[in-house]
Amino acid sequence: MRHIDPGLQYIQPNGELTAEGRVVWEEIDPQLRLDFYRWMVKVRLFDRRSIVLQRQGRIGTYAPLEGQEAAQVGSALALTTLDWIFPSYREHGVAMIAGMPLDRILLYWMGRVEGNLAPEGVRLLPPAVPIATQLPHATGAAWAAKLKQEPSVSVAYFGDGATSEGDFHEALNFAGVFNLPVIFFCQNNHYAISVPFSRQSATLTVAEKAAAYAMDGIRVDGNDVLAVYDVMAQAVQRARNGGGPTLIEAVTYRRGAHTTADDPSRYRDEQEAQEWIKYRDPLDRYRKLLHAEGMLSEAEERLWEETCKQELEEAVRAAESAPAPPASHLFAHVFEELTVSQRRQLEELNRGEGNDKDE
Amino acid sequence: MSEKTLVQAINDGLRVALKNHPDVLIMGEDVGKNGGVFRATEGLWEEFGDDRVIDTPLAEAGIVGTALGMAINGLRPVAEIQFMGFIYPGFEQIVSHAARLRTRTQGAYPASIVIRAPYGGGIRAPELHCDSTESLFVHTPGLKVVVPSTPYDAKGLLLASIADPDPVIFLEPMRLYRSVRGEVPEEEYQVPIGKARMVREGEDVTILAWGAMVPVAEKAAEEWSDKGVSCEVIDLRSLYPLDEETIITSVEKTGHVVIVHEAPRTAGVGAELTALINEQAFLWLEAPITRVTGYDVPVPMFALEDDFLPNPKRVSQAIEKVISF
Ligand SMILES: Cc1ncc(C[n+]2csc(CCOP(=O)(O)OP(=O)(O)O)c2C)c(N)n1
Repeated sequence: MRHIDPGLQYIQPNGELTAEGRVVWEEIDPQLRLDFYRWMVKVRLFDRRSIVLQRQGRIGTYAPLEGQEAAQVGSALALTTLDWIFPSYREHGVAMIAGMPLDRILLYWMGRVEGNLAPEGVRLLPPAVPIATQLPHATGAAWAAKLKQEPSVSVAYFGDGATSEGDFHEALNFAGVFNLPVIFFCQNNHYAISVPFSRQSATLTVAEKAAAYAMDGIRVDGNDVLAVYDVMAQAVQRARNGGGPTLIEAVTYRRGAHTTADDPSRYRDEQEAQEWIKYRDPLDRYRKLLHAEGMLSEAEERLWEETCKQELEEAVRAAESAPAPPASHLFAHVFEELTVSQRRQLEELNRGEGNDKDE
Repeated sequence: MSEKTLVQAINDGLRVALKNHPDVLIMGEDVGKNGGVFRATEGLWEEFGDDRVIDTPLAEAGIVGTALGMAINGLRPVAEIQFMGFIYPGFEQIVSHAARLRTRTQGAYPASIVIRAPYGGGIRAPELHCDSTESLFVHTPGLKVVVPSTPYDAKGLLLASIADPDPVIFLEPMRLYRSVRGEVPEEEYQVPIGKARMVREGEDVTILAWGAMVPVAEKAAEEWSDKGVSCEVIDLRSLYPLDEETIITSVEKTGHVVIVHEAPRTAGVGAELTALINEQAFLWLEAPITRVTGYDVPVPMFALEDDFLPNPKRVSQAIEKVISF
């Protein structure tokens, strides 16, 4: 059996820094150290609240991310507002950090198209639902940046399952051939719904696939927010300086179900999940470090959690009170102008043919 | 006989095929250990093992393309595409290869594969999970396209599709997976491809529908029957080839036609049906054929789903329109 690279680690599961980690820790802005914590907590609370909302029938099927907070927070905090983000459907943490309001994220899960659009100035695209389809877009946006000589970097977020699709190959291949400022950020959470990574790939890691495209491939402990941040920051800098693309594999674990419609006990050993939860949780590890460094007290923790919860409740209220669009909204943004057939169909709709709501 | 839901009937059909035909195998994403995201393949991996119920990598071009390769070499794969909205990476393999392999090899390699895919709206599924793109496949010569709307038909059509020497796109209306129940025989039986099902006989209006629109059409027909208008509801079941005889015979009897499909109107299968009726039964028509369909817009996210999908009220209005013409 080949040795599997465990991935770069700075913060050990017991919360202690490695020697290399200590160096990085001392170099980063103390504010950022707190931001890591704050965002991870907010993301986790958002996730848990969303699951409850789904159970209560207040949002539709939802994709939970608990366990992947460090991968998302560490990577997203290494980006600037110049950079383009092409997420998949599990990246609520990334979206929040990029500047997507919480209520809009919730609207998406309420089946509202308004939840797809990020505010002006936020270079975040709607979640890509068909797996791996967003990767070529990231490559293309990076290509445009290069052609226009803009300093922006593009990032595609995706899971381990996505590496099996043809789009993965094509996006990375273009990025390699044209030496583009793009980062392929894979959260290897070990499963694509029920299918383990060993069924996606005969290689033991995602990172080693980078060799086929002559780009850097880095495997990092995805539950170590500091290591993720550092690896991402370096990749961003390399890309901005013309150094080309990077494939990052953040090794993590989806603690819960694939979506609220999924039952992981059918395909996953509960013991395995418990081990990740008990010994490799990204937030526990980081909390321990902050406590040891004297940067966080239990009172401050509770205060921050309360602040997040209030913000969340406000977001839920805002999302639930956002006025529902009329049926005619179906036609609102299909083309710049309605076509002849659409105009006729819209008239039918407006005449009340087809609107069941008044029954 | 036992009572089953539509998804249980599919599961049963797959089990019977695996049991009776050693060349049949199942492949797709999450079809093995997980039993399929809708449980269509539940228990089959345990019963038949990893070589016959195969969890594949997440790659639709790979699934369809390798299924075709297996068929070339003598197996009969039943490939599952997890949702029809994710079939497109495999579209190239379907259109450029599966559909025309027989032609290109002058019959030497008939491409005996079945591609199953859940499809359609009505279950508040996430974005892009709810499209009805049957017409893309109906429009591709070399493919057969079938859609059951009852448990009995689901099992029988599935077994007919697996036995069929040509590629069959087998579409499963998600909305009906668990909402319809019916008696399903235990043994192997086939519902022939190319034959429609007479859901309800009538004299005044012919309603053509398939998949999840069949119960919608039935409901409207019932309403009108209370008002003394008798509607004949036909479940096409097979979109290619069409059961022209049943359709035309009905139109010649009623002279009024309403077509219901959830796909957008332009170039939907309803357009083909309209042309067919024009060509073959024009002189029997007493009113223009009326279509009740999704609109020419991308299938919306679920908050507006009910405004997009045809419902009994819209079908009812269309019935009124044709009879009062
Ligand atoms: C092209 C395509 N095929 C199938 C699906 C159905 N599906 C949704 S999520 C998923 C698994 C994705 O796994 P992975 O890429 O590892 O990401 P994760 O969900 O673990 O974050 C599948 C098969 C899809 N959305 N798109």
